[in-house]
Amino acid sequence: MTELTDLTLAEIRDGVARGGFSAREVAQAFNAAVEAGRPLNAYIVETPEKALEAADAADKARAAGDLKPLSGVPLGMKDLFCTEGVQTSAASRMLEGFTPTYESTVSAKLWQAGAGMLGKLNLDQFAMGSSNETSHFGNVVSPWKGKDGKELTPGGSSGGSSAAIAARLCPAATGTDTGGSIRQPAAFTGIAGIKPTYGRCSRWGVVAFASSLDQPGAMARTVRDNAILLEAMAGFDPKDATSLDLAVPQLEAGLSSSLKGKKVGIPKEYRPDGLNAEIAALWDRGVEWLKDAGADVVEVSLPHTRYALATYYIIAPAEASSNLARYDGVRYGLRDLPDGAGLQDMYAATRAAGFGDEVKRRILIGTYVLSAGFYDAYYTQACKVRTLIARDFAQAFEQCDVLLTPTAPSAAFALGEKKADPLEMYLNDVFTVPASLAGLPAMSVPGGLSSEGLPLGLQIIGRPLDEQGVLNAALALEERAGFAARPEKWW
Amino acid sequence: MSNSTYRIQGATGEWEVVIGLEVHAQVVSQAKLFSGAATAFGAEPNSQVSLVDAAMPGMLPVPNRECIRQAVRTGMAINAQINTWSRFDRKNYFYADLPQGYQISQLYHPLVGEGQIEITLDEKDPDSPVKTIGIERIHVEQDAGKLMHDQHPTRSYVDLNRSGVALMEIVSRPDMRSPAEAGAYLRKLRTILRYVGSCDGNMEEGSMRADVNVSVRKPGEPFGTRTETKNVNSVRFVMAAIEMEASRQVDVLESGGTIVQETRLFDPDKMETRSMRSKEDAHDYRYFPDPDLLPLELDDAFLEECRASLPELPDAKVKRYESELGLSAYNAAVLTAEAETARWFEQLLAAGARIQKKSEADVAKASANWLLSELYGALNRLGRGLDDSPVSPEQGAELLALIADGTISGTIAKQVFEIMLETGDAAGKIVEEKGLKQTSDTGAIEAAVAKILADNADKVEQYKGGKEALFGFFVGQTMKAMQGKANPQIVNELLKKALAN
Repeated sequence: MTELTDLTLAEIRDGVARGGFSAREVAQAFNAAVEAGRPLNAYIVETPEKALEAADAADKARAAGDLKPLSGVPLGMKDLFCTEGVQTSAASRMLEGFTPTYESTVSAKLWQAGAGMLGKLNLDQFAMGSSNETSHFGNVVSPWKGKDGKELTPGGSSGGSSAAIAARLCPAATGTDTGGSIRQPAAFTGIAGIKPTYGRCSRWGVVAFASSLDQPGAMARTVRDNAILLEAMAGFDPKDATSLDLAVPQLEAGLSSSLKGKKVGIPKEYRPDGLNAEIAALWDRGVEWLKDAGADVVEVSLPHTRYALATYYIIAPAEASSNLARYDGVRYGLRDLPDGAGLQDMYAATRAAGFGDEVKRRILIGTYVLSAGFYDAYYTQACKVRTLIARDFAQAFEQCDVLLTPTAPSAAFALGEKKADPLEMYLNDVFTVPASLAGLPAMSVPGGLSSEGLPLGLQIIGRPLDEQGVLNAALALEERAGFAARPEKWW
Repeated sequence: MSNSTYRIQGATGEWEVVIGLEVHAQVVSQAKLFSGAATAFGAEPNSQVSLVDAAMPGMLPVPNRECIRQAVRTGMAINAQINTWSRFDRKNYFYADLPQGYQISQLYHPLVGEGQIEITLDEKDPDSPVKTIGIERIHVEQDAGKLMHDQHPTRSYVDLNRSGVALMEIVSRPDMRSPAEAGAYLRKLRTILRYVGSCDGNMEEGSMRADVNVSVRKPGEPFGTRTETKNVNSVRFVMAAIEMEASRQVDVLESGGTIVQETRLFDPDKMETRSMRSKEDAHDYRYFPDPDLLPLELDDAFLEECRASLPELPDAKVKRYESELGLSAYNAAVLTAEAETARWFEQLLAAGARIQKKSEADVAKASANWLLSELYGALNRLGRGLDDSPVSPEQGAELLALIADGTISGTIAKQVFEIMLETGDAAGKIVEEKGLKQTSDTGAIEAAVAKILADNADKVEQYKGGKEALFGFFVGQTMKAMQGKANPQIVNELLKKALAN
């Protein structure tokens, strides 16, 4: 028999419903895997009792014939989602020990759907980072290893989520994506992850990084699991003014890998000089796979792509500098009050001690670009370019239904490799940031392995609200890529 | 527009004062601007604080429709442009009473644009000059919490009850030229806000506070450098702050100094303004559009509802009271100065017209006079206001109807009113029970007249000899004999007839 921890979310759900195994057995198996997986540092907080509690409720519900969509499914929760009674730290020292009295809308929806929580997953501090090395609780280690045996990054910021899923420490997990924080870690660890249209999932109760970009999403090994999880997470929330007041489509029921009559756009600007040859080759294979699924392929142009990264690294820090002002030591979280200190001294001491280097760097950048005299040159200009980038996509989608691109410019890199140079680190987001700026649904699916034996991902970007189109194209890729590689267990 | 003649006499000649006011008016609504927490004044510290108001991690603001509606109605009441597309911006600064680390306000695209308010320097003087004060904008923003420094020897406490409460910032043009004009503007603005019901105008509770911008110049010269005196909380203090600040500026300029653009504080104990911070230490607020909020777009139905819900406003009321009800300018001004007075008066009118089966115009003068003299006199004596008057408009109208139809005389009416104040009984009931009905029984009155004239033969002689002032004496004596209940008109007639013989 297959190990329970090797099952997909759909298989667990269906197995519990059929009675092939109990939800409690599943929870126990994953609780054990979480404990054994500690060397990966994927979880900041483990909540085995919560997983068991939900499992027992699922077993009872099955006996009563009252199963819910996620009954029996244990999940990992990115530690950016506020969870009532369970520490929510955003992987920061600032919020270490902070225990919310409230539950984020997304996590509350998942518990209502019958899911249980295995624990809170590690991430880059306040979701700022592409390698998971900015966490106050230490970096996550990818379960994957290259031929040289070096420890690799699981990507970021949802690196705890990606590592835990790849290592079978949970069947699926929540992520959040501001500039690629779901898609890049998914690509680095050989799993799938979807960032829906901005506004599909409520941001209420999610620790904010950059409000106009932040979007919760799903991460799991298969496209189907992503569809199931996203369907349970999404929906209008009157507590989030940017939430979309629209019905959630039945994403799992709508899955179809036939792309007959669909047009796939290939943006030429995503193939810069010097693009990694393996990435370029995988992209070409992706094109063939989608053609094989019945799609027509057209070249499209997104002329403002080259400005996207610069635009993102103005807008996101600007919003972050303001969003993180609330961490001041007055009401909750860390307070560093030196003897005889006044209010300003307390602010300075608290924020100096509570924030890591990358967070401070972005607060400084954000503060700078919003300052009098620089505001128009940076922030206003970036907002204008953002509009142009969104217009590029709108024009491209007049010629095609979805776009196919690589997810990241390379496979996972070694921990420490890019830590010294923030700019090099930021380049990791080059393919994911444009869709974030335009608020579009986008997904990464595993496409194959590099010559080093490391996973590579392909990205599908869709029209606003067309998560179904994105999932279906991703499903067509998944079926043809036949990605079955898994990291060898070394932990 | 009239030109103010207010001048400050300096050593180098006359100076003119230029004043602009930024009034922060707390919006009347059950809930805060972006959260569902309550807004009542005087509640236990930190008892009206939601997760949003305390800026807990992951909390998001959601605009409160009622607060927006109140600001739009206020804009309409000052004939201002309503911007159907506006946006909220974040004003970033650190302070312990500001949990988010930013105030959500509107810098770039306010909800309400240009409007104006007409002021009368002395509202009770019909000949007093009238002046139009421009309103630059009204925007909506969050209030901050409150720091308490007197609870602990070394620590400060924070009360977040006010954090997130909706304020309207009403920004005038620098159109005022004297403390009196500023006072008239504030009073008029307060009246309008109370009519509209968008702010209770209560300056003692901090529902209305003013930032006072003052500069001085030689008449005819361009504007001088201004200072801003923050958070002045009464009309009297605003007028005083202007006077103090203008004199200070004149002194500085005349002694060869220059005015520094700065923020100042008004100290009502010492009656002076003091520097708080200068432009050099001014905050860089790093305003930018709040990414948690979408732009605010108002549709026609919403605007229609706002407009339809506006009451008749004070200026229109004054005109109607004068032209349709025939009231004096003075009475019209006094009756409309407070929304509550006008409401009470109009209830009195409506009831009077109904009871007497006359038009409101027919009963207006008597109603206005009674309200302003009898009722106000009584309320003053009792230390009460119209809102807790022991006599209702309906009861007042009944009393006035009894006078109008001759059932009781004005003199008896005063007695009846006193009893009404004490017992709360209806006028008719009192008149009935105490037998105060006026008599028009000519026989009885004739008999009384005859007796009075017989008893005072000497006075009758003097009267007939030309001392006509004695007529009042005979009326008084007759009324006294009739215990005040005789119809005074009939008494007059019968006395004249008897004395003519």
